[in-house]
Amino acid sequence: MYPLKYHKPAALADAIAALGAGEEAKVLAGGQTLLATMKQHLAAPTDLVDIRGLSLSGISAAGGDVTVGATTTHAEVAASGEVHPAVAVLAAGIGDPLVRNMGTIGGSIANNDPAADYPAAVLGMGATVVTNTREIAADDYFGGLFTTALEEGEIITAVRFPNVERAGYAKFKQPASRFCLVGVFVAKTADGARVAVTGAGEDGVFRHEGLEAALSANWSPEAVEAVTVSPDGLMSDIHGDAEYRANLIKVMARRAVAVS
Amino acid sequence: MTEVTMTVNGRKVRRDVPDETLLSEFLRESLRLTGTHVGCDTTQCGACVVHVNGAAVKSCSALAVALDGAEVTTIEGLAPNGELHPMQKAFNDNHGLQCGFCTPGMIMTSVDMVEKAKAAGKTLTEAEIRHGLEGNICRCTGYHNIVKAVAQAAQEM
Ligand SMILES: Cc1cc2nc3c(=O)[nH]c(=O)nc-3n(C[C@H](O)[C@H](O)[C@H](O)COP(=O)(O)OP(=O)(O)OC[C@H]3O[C@@H](n4cnc5c(N)ncnc54)[C@H](O)[C@@H]3O)c2cc1C
Ligand code: FES
Ligand code: FES
Repeated sequence: MYPLKYHKPAALADAIAALGAGEEAKVLAGGQTLLATMKQHLAAPTDLVDIRGLSLSGISAAGGDVTVGATTTHAEVAASGEVHPAVAVLAAGIGDPLVRNMGTIGGSIANNDPAADYPAAVLGMGATVVTNTREIAADDYFGGLFTTALEEGEIITAVRFPNVERAGYAKFKQPASRFCLVGVFVAKTADGARVAVTGAGEDGVFRHEGLEAALSANWSPEAVEAVTVSPDGLMSDIHGDAEYRANLIKVMARRAVAVS
Repeated sequence: MTEVTMTVNGRKVRRDVPDETLLSEFLRESLRLTGTHVGCDTTQCGACVVHVNGAAVKSCSALAVALDGAEVTTIEGLAPNGELHPMQKAFNDNHGLQCGFCTPGMIMTSVDMVEKAKAAGKTLTEAEIRHGLEGNICRCTGYHNIVKAVAQAAQEM
């Protein structure tokens, strides 16, 4: 690893200041993505601002919403009785137990890996990303690959999940990395069905209108059958081509509804 | 340089290290605890697993400075008096290792898995043991005897 300066502020204002002061300063949360990329010299920040001293961890329920602090680990969400069971199941399937003991929800959605799990839950549930300066609706938050609405120096403090009538998640793992070859999160809300697909899109996580329309009309695994999922805009790589992923989207959508 | 204090295998240690020092480097190079292995650059192999404040983590993917004040247990800490831990004995009994490179990480992950299951009053199934070992790669054994070893140790721990 290249030399760097480590900061562990105890207050959000100090973290923001440290991010502004460093030549190329970055937030450090669980480090399960950032340190891995730094070891391979794919990133070389001059300063790391560790946000695990800011008391941003923990899960709380209020008025039907469940708020998950940014530095809450995947293991903590997996073990939580407060988050929707579909979100707990999703967290329990991220990577491996060691990654889950360190990796955080904030880090996952800040990174927005196109094959990551959490973006599907956040977009599928229609959650709100809370930062030090504002609240961002999931529909406005996710950009393309590894891109989000976050500004330079903006820190995610929490993710707020609304109450939904039903929700389910199904993931087809890429067997070596355990990231998603395709993951589909479905949620039945008062305003109709939401279906978020991860692992498949060339521009990262996305909502599928056809599946949403079919499931809004009839919330059942069978309703998925009649939907056409086009391979246009889906990724092709050594693990699977776009047609294969298009088919997997339907299979995972069916399974996600079945477990909801 | 930043001063780091930790309790490693029950012993208080204090060292000045560069901020970019990984916990695996701190253990192996500063403390000479070379039982913790480093098998990859990609945070995938699990050879480096140790316990930090009671949870199994990849020591190659944590900064030592971030763990000031932490309680760390390495493979050396499992057999403080030279008597094998039940998990170590079970790996031995079941031929759960060949070259042994992955073994320290396998054992540290497995001990955490069994302790968590016990605390929850659960008996681990074979499928759960395999799921729990997903972060540890072994290129020799084919895993089967490792899974048997963990199941045996779960009875004895
Ligand atoms: C072997 C392995 C397998 C994995 N498998 C999966 C998988 O199956 N599914 C999956 O979804 N993920 C997987 N991951 C990734 C894992 O979930 C990471 O924990 C996660 O992507 C990043 O979270 P982190 O807390 O470790 O963030 P870090 O690595 O600390 O940070 C990641 C990025 O986010 C930024 N950041 C972190 N927190 C914040 C914040 N609060 N506000 C603003 N920016 C922030 C950092 O600056 C950095 O750019 C895997 C990782 C590994 C090593
Ligand atoms: S050395 Fe491979 S995961 Fe740590
Ligand atoms: S025994 Fe050789 S890598 Fe596992």
